Amino acid sequence: MKNIYLDYASSTYIDPLVLKKMTPYLKGYFGNPSSLHKMGRKSKSIIEKARFDVAKILNAKPEEIIFTGSGTESDNLAIYGVAKSYKNKGKHIIVSKIEHSAVIEITKKLERDGFEVDYTSVDSNGLIKIPELKKLIKPSTILISIMLANNEIGTIQPIAEISKIIKKINPSLLLHTDAAQATGAITLNANKLGVDLMSLNGSKIYGPKGIGCLYVKSGIKLEPIIVGGEQEKNLRAGTENTPLIVGFAEALKLATKLMYKENARLVNLRDYFIKNVLKSIPNCRLNGHPTKRLPSNINISIKGVEGESLILMLDKFGIFASTGSACGSSNLKPSHVISAINISPELSHSNIRFTLGRKTTKQEIDFVIKILPRVVAKLRMISSIK
Amino acid sequence: MTNENEKLQTDITQDDAQYKSDSWIYSDIVKDHFFHPRNILLNDLDYKFDGKGESGSAICGDMMIVWLKVNSETSKIIECKWRTFGCASAIASTSMMSVMVTENEGMTIDKALNLKPQQILERLGGLPDIKFHCSVMGHLALKEAIADYMQKNENRK
Repeated sequence: MKNIYLDYASSTYIDPLVLKKMTPYLKGYFGNPSSLHKMGRKSKSIIEKARFDVAKILNAKPEEIIFTGSGTESDNLAIYGVAKSYKNKGKHIIVSKIEHSAVIEITKKLERDGFEVDYTSVDSNGLIKIPELKKLIKPSTILISIMLANNEIGTIQPIAEISKIIKKINPSLLLHTDAAQATGAITLNANKLGVDLMSLNGSKIYGPKGIGCLYVKSGIKLEPIIVGGEQEKNLRAGTENTPLIVGFAEALKLATKLMYKENARLVNLRDYFIKNVLKSIPNCRLNGHPTKRLPSNINISIKGVEGESLILMLDKFGIFASTGSACGSSNLKPSHVISAINISPELSHSNIRFTLGRKTTKQEIDFVIKILPRVVAKLRMISSIK
Repeated sequence: MTNENEKLQTDITQDDAQYKSDSWIYSDIVKDHFFHPRNILLNDLDYKFDGKGESGSAICGDMMIVWLKVNSETSKIIECKWRTFGCASAIASTSMMSVMVTENEGMTIDKALNLKPQQILERLGGLPDIKFHCSVMGHLALKEAIADYMQKNENRK
């Protein structure tokens, strides 16, 4: 049986071209970039070349790019770093209700440290309610964090528009966006997006895990989380991981190069999948925005069928998907994203996410379209909810 | 030196074997009852039952309905049919419960009233801790179904 991997939003494989670029730095070239000798200088120049490449794609200056250990770390550093550094200007932060937990958990930690945090809500398609966001802004607000595209439901936020609106209210307000899921699907021009900070992640873009980056606009001061060395402009202590940095830059370059063609291909597959599934399975709905969504994201709720059961039944057919259902999580709470889009409680346990990627084919989608209604019918036969 | 290296290699291989790449979070028995649930009630329209009970709710993510047929002379459960909305362990535990109360010519309703979730858990070969309290709730529906039967039986007298 061939496996059909439809969980690319969780993790992607490393593209062979990326691996090829990384290999020399895994096998040799082990010099510490901080060393003054030739081997150190070699590593240093490799890293700076990667930084230059990343900056170019983000329409940023190389010194505005900080390499981190993950998308999560980038989110943490952006929010914690701004909060601690600007606390004398104010202690109020606004984030959306559907942020990744890398954002939500660090703001909760800041709340315990005496910061005030508002969680701004979204409509039933997952779009930020801009009038509500505007109302939440006050003189003590220092930072707003809104993700560019949501990891669960794929909704894409109008960040450029949001930036204009909030900067009009207060030009010194900082805007952070978590672009971990948007990378490779949306042009990440920091200037055009109007963001001050932006988080990216290597493991969602066919690059290695354990590497991310944070764009920090010139002039913004951050308090580091990891200390003990002067690496990354004192913002991320620890010897730089040359192979991962090289791999990240290469993955980002490749994703940017492939973006236009790949988006068009995936949108077709996505819409074909959604159309067929909604047609063949009664009492089933699409979660997230119908058009303003990531080309790779499909999230549906199927009445009477619990998410974890569905994932495990599909797993038997070699189909790998994911769910925001409470039973599929380790804390037994339904996903905060699914709860935020205001769907009925029973449907919040009934969602399943399929995320497409570079190796997804029409044949694979056809197979899933054929199997899914059968698996749903079986679980509905067992189900107490009709 | 070589011997030591070989030993290290063997140790690593053994460690790898313990963490099999496809190991499930559920026991083989749970998997079996999930993929092949026993005693499901497919059509409740024509089904004549002696007692019916429900537990859980769709809002918390697990909900079970149990239908019973009881031999009024022996007070033994002849049939235990069910349907469950919930995760794999909720489905498997209701299935196992339906087997336990009907095997060996059926459990008496007195004994069934005292059925503990721990007994279901044991027969399933265990469950992850986090799953136990929320998904093993079939006995609550069973108790309700027995109470429903006793009420009806009382009314008939």
